[in-house]
Amino acid sequence: MNDLLLTIIEVLIKGMVLVTFILLGAAVQVYLERKISAFIQGRIGPNRAGPFGLLQPFADVIKLFMKEDIFPKLAFKRFHQFAPVISMGIAIVVYAVIPFADPVKITMADGTVKEIVMGVAPNLNIGILFILAMTSVGVYGLTLAGWSSNSKYSLLGGLRSAAQMISYELSMGLAIIGVLMICGSFSLSDIVTHQKGWFWHWNIFAQPLAFIIFMVSSFAEMNRTPFDLPEAEPELVGGYNTEYSGMKFGMFFLAEYSNMATGSILLILLFFGGWHLPFPQEWLGLQTGSIALGIVQLAVFLFKLLAVIFFIIWVRWTVPRFRYDQLMHMGWRMLLPLALLNIAVTGIILFII
Amino acid sequence: MSLTFLFFGILAVLAIATAVICVSNKNPVVSAMALVAHFFMLAGLYLTLQAQFIAILQILIYAGAIMVLVIFVIMLLNLGDEEKLREKTKYRKILASLLGIGFIAMLCSVYLGGGLGNKATSPMAITIGAPAALGKELFTNYLFAFEAIALLLLTAIIGAVVLAKRKVD
Repeated sequence: MNDLLLTIIEVLIKGMVLVTFILLGAAVQVYLERKISAFIQGRIGPNRAGPFGLLQPFADVIKLFMKEDIFPKLAFKRFHQFAPVISMGIAIVVYAVIPFADPVKITMADGTVKEIVMGVAPNLNIGILFILAMTSVGVYGLTLAGWSSNSKYSLLGGLRSAAQMISYELSMGLAIIGVLMICGSFSLSDIVTHQKGWFWHWNIFAQPLAFIIFMVSSFAEMNRTPFDLPEAEPELVGGYNTEYSGMKFGMFFLAEYSNMATGSILLILLFFGGWHLPFPQEWLGLQTGSIALGIVQLAVFLFKLLAVIFFIIWVRWTVPRFRYDQLMHMGWRMLLPLALLNIAVTGIILFII
Repeated sequence: MSLTFLFFGILAVLAIATAVICVSNKNPVVSAMALVAHFFMLAGLYLTLQAQFIAILQILIYAGAIMVLVIFVIMLLNLGDEEKLREKTKYRKILASLLGIGFIAMLCSVYLGGGLGNKATSPMAITIGAPAALGKELFTNYLFAFEAIALLLLTAIIGAVVLAKRKVD
């Protein structure tokens, strides 16, 4: 019973730290998004709240909290209230299976060595499937928000998001299969450990086609430009969240940024060697399981994460939005056959080797 | 009382509750969402049986793909008029209740016949839920059934494509 209690306390602490970092991460992403888009468009961006406008995201959140919470008269109240909860909850629950570094070994006072895994449940042997399942369930938040608002713009946004996410989920899942065939495991820790050592062990060099398919589909899953049709402002006012105000809108907003971080993390874990340095760790004289290695790995992970997020924001201001038929055409007629081809080719090569 | 039993109790009660909501609610969207919740509870029940792979596929396929399509269709059709959807025929209700009673009787006979109480889980059962063990079984002992199902699904896909390709007059 004592062990159980300790495990529960450990998971609770990790969970609280994670949620705090997810919310703080969303604030950092909002700030980066604003600053980088301002830079690309030749503006200055937020510069009033705090030094360099650093407090801008917090000002945004306070504004959202202060706003009146408006219910449309004809809305289906229960679901209208519940939809942001689904979106936000699903966005956070995904982090339960994400590992952030190799396990760290700590010597306790009585001499026993305790291994602490960096993440809530990172060694789950169905880790990647868990993430896929949860992101596919995340569609309900958007569709229900669109349907329950009882407004034509919201409904169109909700329908678009459902259609888009179903279509791109498929090629996303099939793209991952190539990586899984090479690594031979569903566990995210195993996939990252497989890419240890020099940077040419990273999966992006073994599976370039899978990387491209996965990246494009994860852009679609994150609802980022060029796939932001569910919330295309010029056509739909605001898409599925048109009728939301105050913190309920804020929850969709947070969920979106948290999904963006999840997508980036998946890209890093599957294709960019996760938390591993681009050269063997022995070069820095770091022992496996030491605390120093844990810190270095966390820093490497964070650096890669920021780089991918920068790339995603950069794409937003580079590529224009797709038309709806182009989006469907690309998902079903280009990415899906290419993903299947990738699986076949990978299978043949693995059979020969 | 073990932790597994506690989880089983909570999940079983919630599964029955969501199933009842799914059948009894008049709003089609509420029904569909209750069914989604029910699938989650079922996945939880699979987890208590150490079948992680089945549990996650339950969510991925049923809750994540099939029910999204169902909700999509309900939203597109916008079934507003509930009076039209109400069952009017009597004999269906009678037939349904008879079948229900039969099902409960069957469950009771199985439960009482097998004896009550906990059965010890064999160590094999813990590994069999993992993807590797499941895959090995599927591609060796059950290869024929697996291929037959694959062929069946292929036929269904071809059928769907043929139906969708038909020109609308």
